[in-house]
Amino acid sequence: MDSNQQRIVITGVGLAAPNADNLKEFRKKLLAGVSEIKEIDLRYFGPAPAGICTFNETRYRKKKENKRGTRAGCLGVYCAHEAMADAALDIDYYDRSRIGVYVGLTEHGTVETENEIFNISQYNYDVNYWTHHHNPRTVLNNPPGEITMSLGITGPHYAIGAACAAGNASLIQGVQMLRLGEVDMALAGGISESTGSFGIFASFKAQGALGEAEDPRKACRPFDMGRNGIVVSEGGCIYVLERLEKAIERGARIYGEIVGYCINSDARDFVLPYDKRQAECMQQALNRAGLQPADIDIINTHATGTRQGDIEECKAIRQVFGEAPSTYINNTKSIIGHAMGAAGVLELAGNLPAFEDNMVHPTINVSNLDPECALPNMVLNKPTRLKSVSTILNNSFGMVGINSVIIVKKYEG
Amino acid sequence: MTRDDIKDLILEIIKDIDEDADFDTLQSDQPLRDQLDLDSMDFLDIVMELRKRHKLQIPEEDYPQLASLDSCVNYLEPLLKNA
Repeated sequence: MDSNQQRIVITGVGLAAPNADNLKEFRKKLLAGVSEIKEIDLRYFGPAPAGICTFNETRYRKKKENKRGTRAGCLGVYCAHEAMADAALDIDYYDRSRIGVYVGLTEHGTVETENEIFNISQYNYDVNYWTHHHNPRTVLNNPPGEITMSLGITGPHYAIGAACAAGNASLIQGVQMLRLGEVDMALAGGISESTGSFGIFASFKAQGALGEAEDPRKACRPFDMGRNGIVVSEGGCIYVLERLEKAIERGARIYGEIVGYCINSDARDFVLPYDKRQAECMQQALNRAGLQPADIDIINTHATGTRQGDIEECKAIRQVFGEAPSTYINNTKSIIGHAMGAAGVLELAGNLPAFEDNMVHPTINVSNLDPECALPNMVLNKPTRLKSVSTILNNSFGMVGINSVIIVKKYEG
Repeated sequence: MTRDDIKDLILEIIKDIDEDADFDTLQSDQPLRDQLDLDSMDFLDIVMELRKRHKLQIPEEDYPQLASLDSCVNYLEPLLKNA
C-alpha cells in the first residue's frame, strides 16, 4: 500500500463542456442525456455539427487578454480558476513555485495558423501583415502558459501531446510529478479548441470519419449501426491534484483517488485502433491498481462513433472484462461530441459524481445497437442506478496508436 | 488627415486592442504606456493597424515616436497628410 504521500487524489474540477460550464450542471445534463451539439458554419468548409462551449469568458481575465491569447488559453484559464475555486484552494496555500500545470492537447496552433493565413490572404499574401502574436499563440505550451500567467504560478508548466489520449496523459503526468516530489499540487487536464479549424473537420471528412445527421444532436452515435463518424467539440477540463495527506490535512472534499493508469502504443498504424494494445493498456492499469476486472463498476468508453474504432474498443473490453458481470459501460461522446485533448478528462469528470449518486449516465443515440459492439451491461439511452459505485475506468485513445487508461476509486477514508 | 483625425485614429486603434481602455484622464503629452495597460506587443499592434489601414511601414527605429498621443500625431501628420 502506498503511503498517503504517494496516494494522489482529485480535489477540484473546473470544466467547460458543450452543454455545461460546471460539474453540477454537466452531470445533470449527462444523466438526462441532454446534448447541445449544434450546426456551425466553418470558413471554407461549410456547415458541420460541433460542440461549442458557452461560459463566462471574462470571469477570470479581461477581454483584452482573451483577444491577445488563444481560445485554448481562454478555456484553460476559466477551467483552472474554476478548479481552484471548486477545491476551495487559495493560490497561496501551496508555494507557487511548487505547483505544476500539465495540459493535454491533441493539437495546438492549427486554429491560429489558419486564421493568420486567412488574414494575409486579405493582403495578397504579403507576410508583412502576419501577426507578431503568431509565435506566442502557437507554441505548444501556450494554453498551460496562459494559465500560469493568470494564476501567478511559477512552477513548471507544459503541454503534453498525445492525440485524443492527451487529457488522460496529463492527468497521469500530474500524478507522477506529485509522487516524484517535483511539485506539491498539480493542475492537470486537457483542452481543445479544434472547432476553430476547418482543416480538422476537412481531414476527418476526407477520411470518411466525420459524423453527420439531420439533427446535429444525433450526429454522434457510438455503438449504433447507423454511426458515421466523429463530432468535433471544443472543451476544457482541469483537475486539482493533491497528495492524500495534504488533502486530509486541509479538510478537502475528495472526488476520488487515482489508483491505476497506463499509457501504451499500438506501434502499428497512423489512424486505425488496435484492440490487443487497448486490452493490454486496460489490464496494466488494473494491475497497477491491484484490482480485478470485476472490481470495476463503470467503464467510460472512448468510442467516438466510427465504425472500426467502436468495434475495436468493444473487442478489447470483451477480452479484459468478459468475466465481469457487474461492470457497466457508458459513453459520454454521444452527448458532448469528441472534445479531443479534453475528451478523456471531461468524460471522466462527468462520471465522478457517480461515487455520490450511484448513477451511470447513458450512451445516447443508440436505436439499433451494432451486434459487434454489444456488451453486457451497456447503459443505453437512459441512466441506470447501481447499488454502489466505487471504481471508474476511463479509456482514451488517439491517433498514431496511443492508448491511455485511468482508474479512479472512491475515497472512503 | 487633420491632427484631430490622427488622434482619433490612434484612440480607435487602442480601443480595438483594449475595449476597456479609459481615455478620460489621458494626458496627450505623457507616455501612453504609463497611462494605459499597454505593453510592447500592443505597440506592435498599433504599428500593424497603421500598416493595414494606411499602408504605413513604420521603421523600428521610429517606434519611440509613438510613445505619447502628441508624439504620435507629430510623427504621423506628414505621413498621413494625403490620407
